[in-house]
Amino acid sequence: MELSVTVNGTGHVSEVEARTLLVYYLRDELGLTGTNVGCDTSSCGACTVHVNGESVKSCTMLAVQADGQEVTTIEGLAPSSDELHPMQESFQNNHGLQCGYCTPGMVMAACSLLDENPAPTEDEVREGLEGNLCRCTGYHNIVKAVLACSGQDVS
Amino acid sequence: MIPAAFDYKKAGSSEEAVALIVEHGDEAKFLAGGHSLIPMMKLRLAVPSVLVDIAGVEDLSYIDDRGDHIAIGALTKHRSLETSDLLIAECPLLAHVASKVGDPQVRHRGTLGGSLAHSDPASDLPAAILALGGSLVAEGPNGQREIGVADFFTGYFESALSDDEMLTEVRVPKAPGASWSYQKFNRRAQDWAIVGVAAVEVQGAAQIALVNMGSTPLRAEAVEAALAGGASAVEAAEAAADGTDAPTDLNASPEYRDHLARVLTKRALEASGIS
Repeated sequence: MELSVTVNGTGHVSEVEARTLLVYYLRDELGLTGTNVGCDTSSCGACTVHVNGESVKSCTMLAVQADGQEVTTIEGLAPSSDELHPMQESFQNNHGLQCGYCTPGMVMAACSLLDENPAPTEDEVREGLEGNLCRCTGYHNIVKAVLACSGQDVS
Repeated sequence: MIPAAFDYKKAGSSEEAVALIVEHGDEAKFLAGGHSLIPMMKLRLAVPSVLVDIAGVEDLSYIDDRGDHIAIGALTKHRSLETSDLLIAECPLLAHVASKVGDPQVRHRGTLGGSLAHSDPASDLPAAILALGGSLVAEGPNGQREIGVADFFTGYFESALSDDEMLTEVRVPKAPGASWSYQKFNRRAQDWAIVGVAAVEVQGAAQIALVNMGSTPLRAEAVEAALAGGASAVEAAEAAADGTDAPTDLNASPEYRDHLARVLTKRALEASGIS
């Protein structure tokens, strides 16, 4: 199948099997290995990317379903290679990561959350990140990072 | 986990989608958001030989005011239900239940029509629609037909849709200002309900539907009858498991589900003030 998709602002035309999942297209075909495969059952959220600006789990989407759409991965978030996106910076400043495996998915989910709700309460952040699991259980600092990124005082 | 190989066809309209399903027979499946189907295909619990992708049928994503009811296109995503001002004003139970499905990523992809056609008795939205009443519109090779919601869910993952029919629209009665409540009990984030209860008052009558208490979503008829007969919320809720056939699985025994149905029904009635 021919797939025509924009990933991180760059157009790609690829030949893919229809059964190729979006996460494997991103990782194996485009080499964008920042998006992790965690549970592979749409539970953990490690594979979260944006499709047309909204968070989705790329292990539960066929690459061909992204035909004609715009995909953003963690690699496409920062404005340049020597700058971090404000959400990445906030994770760093607030110790929002331990082993780091869930981090790309957490950051993508968190950005989508703030797009929809720019000033969430702590409860809304926790609910909004319901689809992302951190096996280090570092949730407190992740929530803090998201609140801080929204401009709220977390001290 | 990778799905088994299949042929992929993209439909640009509902007519084209039905024609493709007719052409490829019962080995073909519609693909909308894919958030029920793709997990099953990855586990090889579903092995369709053809997928007809209907996500591009743009005229099936809408939430329209039709006077006495709201018409919702089958491809409307959960996130759109959750945030619809029209639904929040005229049918708040449905907007609220949509916000309890899965997690935000799931709600960005999953569709109302997909959830209903999938007919999982453990899903939130089928029970909400059953509680609200109304009807569903299916399109097949011989045109459209309207199916009352009470006749739609026919068995475990089975609906009244025939193999060559596609669900195109859901019609729910308006219930502005009506009392309502949705109680969902689960033990892990983003999980299916172990038991759920959707309750809404329509023209003075309680309409209550149960999640995961049988092979289909069920109306709690004994509770509704008790309330109509003047029973209190506490008394009526005692009948919540009557006539049900709760499943057993890793999470719960049928007895535990029966207990949950009674407790959650009581909470739903008390939270909403339905009597």
